[in-house]
Amino acid sequence: MTTAADTSLDRSVMPPSERRTLLGWMRRNLFSDLLNSALTVVAAAVVFLVALLLLRWALTTAQWGVIPANFNLIMRGQYPAEEAWRLWLALYLLGGVIGLMWRLISGKFSTAALIVFLIPLALREVPLFSWMTRFHLLVVAGAGAGAFYLGAYLPIQRSVRAAVYVLLGYLVVMLVILRGYSGDAGPMPTVTTILWGGLLLSLLLAFFGITLSFPLGVALALGRQSKLPAIRIISVTYIEFIRGVPLISLLFMGQVMLQLFLPDGFPLVDRVLRALVAIILFSAAYTAENVRGGLQSISRGQYEAAQALGLSTYRTTMHIILPQALRAVIPVLVGQFISLFKDTTLVALVGLFDLLGIARTITANPDWLGTQQEVFVVVALLFWIFSYTMSYASRRIEQRLGVGER
Amino acid sequence: MQEIHASQIRPPFYRDERVLGIFTQVLVVVVVVGLGLFFYNNMITGLREKHTVAISFSFLGQVAGFDIGESMIEYSRERTYARAFVVGLLNTFQVAILGIIFATALGIVIGVMRLSTNFLISRIALIYIDFFRNIPLLVLLIFWAQAVFLKLPRVAEAIVLPGPIFLSNRGVAVPWGLPTESWSTYQIILAAGLVLGAAVAYFLREQGKRTGRMPLITLWFLVTVAAVGLIGWIFLPQPLTFDQPVLEGFNTQGGKILSQQFMALLSGLIIYTAAFIAEIVRAGIQSVSKGQREAATALGLNPAQTLRLVIFPQALRVIIPPLTSEYLNLTKNSSLAIAIGYPDLFAVAGNTILNQTGREIEMFTMIMGTYLSLSLLTSFLMNVYNRRIRLVER
Repeated sequence: MTTAADTSLDRSVMPPSERRTLLGWMRRNLFSDLLNSALTVVAAAVVFLVALLLLRWALTTAQWGVIPANFNLIMRGQYPAEEAWRLWLALYLLGGVIGLMWRLISGKFSTAALIVFLIPLALREVPLFSWMTRFHLLVVAGAGAGAFYLGAYLPIQRSVRAAVYVLLGYLVVMLVILRGYSGDAGPMPTVTTILWGGLLLSLLLAFFGITLSFPLGVALALGRQSKLPAIRIISVTYIEFIRGVPLISLLFMGQVMLQLFLPDGFPLVDRVLRALVAIILFSAAYTAENVRGGLQSISRGQYEAAQALGLSTYRTTMHIILPQALRAVIPVLVGQFISLFKDTTLVALVGLFDLLGIARTITANPDWLGTQQEVFVVVALLFWIFSYTMSYASRRIEQRLGVGER
Repeated sequence: MQEIHASQIRPPFYRDERVLGIFTQVLVVVVVVGLGLFFYNNMITGLREKHTVAISFSFLGQVAGFDIGESMIEYSRERTYARAFVVGLLNTFQVAILGIIFATALGIVIGVMRLSTNFLISRIALIYIDFFRNIPLLVLLIFWAQAVFLKLPRVAEAIVLPGPIFLSNRGVAVPWGLPTESWSTYQIILAAGLVLGAAVAYFLREQGKRTGRMPLITLWFLVTVAAVGLIGWIFLPQPLTFDQPVLEGFNTQGGKILSQQFMALLSGLIIYTAAFIAEIVRAGIQSVSKGQREAATALGLNPAQTLRLVIFPQALRVIIPPLTSEYLNLTKNSSLAIAIGYPDLFAVAGNTILNQTGREIEMFTMIMGTYLSLSLLTSFLMNVYNRRIRLVER
């Protein structure tokens, strides 16, 4: 056997230099043998053809005029134009809340933070936007950065709990801003939820669906793992029932049957809220099953150690078990949130005007007949952008928390 | 001095775990039962005020009085609601079973492509997976229905694919077998072929267990069935005649016409579900550790044997559970048919029948009961299967 010192001098056993050249890379990854070469050629031809067809459609056939003409509808549905400033106010606050939460959770201005900060600035480059929109986006970015820097002077730092409170507070404030409080007149007249639509409604449904179904799902998962038989049976029944039926049946049930279950004088909850309740109840069952996976991955030793330290059941769960269990299932949970976001499109079938519902009304409009391809492609892309961003972010978080490494 | 034993110190009742446990359970049960009673009470009083009819399923025997676009069994508007419900159910089964078969095939292909060493192939698979996993199924379905199948040319200018298959805005016309008189005999022969194939498979399996050399059971099973089928085809005078669609004026004649709605629903479900199945297949194959492959090679197995006897059985253990739930998802997702006008279970029962009769509670009980029993049945079979293939540790 030769020693390492010997081989380093011997050029013949050095790695081949073609490893680093483009040609070498191609030979290894595209043309390693005859079969592979044939596959490459066929695949390249198919890709070329598809790209050509798509480009030709996008550049010549497609009538993109339908998008700018209905831009406001796509973005906010029937939300009155003179009240649109309230949406921007909510977005300013969102920017501020994200900045503040970043300060409270992470405390550092990392690359990821920079990317998040750059999102509103990048959006300003979308050619469709007016100068007002660009100004608003600038303020959003500014609010985020401002909140992040001012957050450093807060007495509380590095507290996830505080961040959660900030988020919950924001949910309430945002609802008040969007819905209004002063009746028909006054500074913020009421905008009934049925007027909310487009991307605004899709995002709101997803946002509230995720934040509200998550605690319910965790509670159900704990219930399913509980030692108390009554609680376990109730949780299992609920989870299995919900997982066994399609979401659309729950949504329809919410629209047709909810008033049957409520007393006569009960103020009838509005249609958007009914849909949201159905989404939350549905999603919670799936979240519960995902969280259960995490709970089952915690070894008995953790429970026993916590008990030995004299922690109560509540403290064991909150401080020992849940943090580990949730960390283990982040990717699955994000997957679940993505599918919740995608599932919000189903509200279009019960007469709400979310992104898909609005798209359907636009294509049904006699002025824009035959524009289904353009409109639905844009809708699909909008959904794709949000979903893909979420899954990308989850991969990043996964790496940072070191899931699967420890 | 008297020793105090630890078990003698009892905590106060409000900190005693058993007391707390019982108290919590009673509380939860009271709240849940109370809520249930509250809802039930409201429903009963509400029903009494509105309909003055109690809950009853007798309306199912009444004449439905509406048409259904497509049906696998004989149906007309003079038939009963119960019959209409069954039509919807069968339509759901039809689309679900076909969807499962094709989505599995496409998903396996894309999942294997994803693992290809060929950069271009694996990139194409990645783009496919990342795209279709991140758009809503409903958008895809409506896109297929309104932006693809609706935009096909008129029948006179139909796109003709080899077969011949005619693609037009009236649907897809495909060649279809027409049974002749000997068809029923041929069916019996085919069934006999299946039995014979199963017997051969069983025999080979037993022999394989005895000798330790497993033959290619599935292959021999298929060969037996095909051989019997072929012999029957030769000896019987043409059990099926192939009816090819032809263009006649403004319509196609003959063959079978698959409706636009059906095709849109099926293709949407297949394309969407295949992306998820591909990820499951990829994860399954990757879950088999490299050592297994190396060990198999060291034992002298050739690559095909390694795949069949070592990699595949182990990958299957990881693949099957999520795959089943994906099948269930596809079945439940087929209820989105309502958006594109395909008369599946939910569209017929949850929309048409419900609107006509106003029987919300009965109809929703039936719909949810059907989906629920389907999914409980699947998860039961799943658990049985899981127990059989589970890794037995120590």
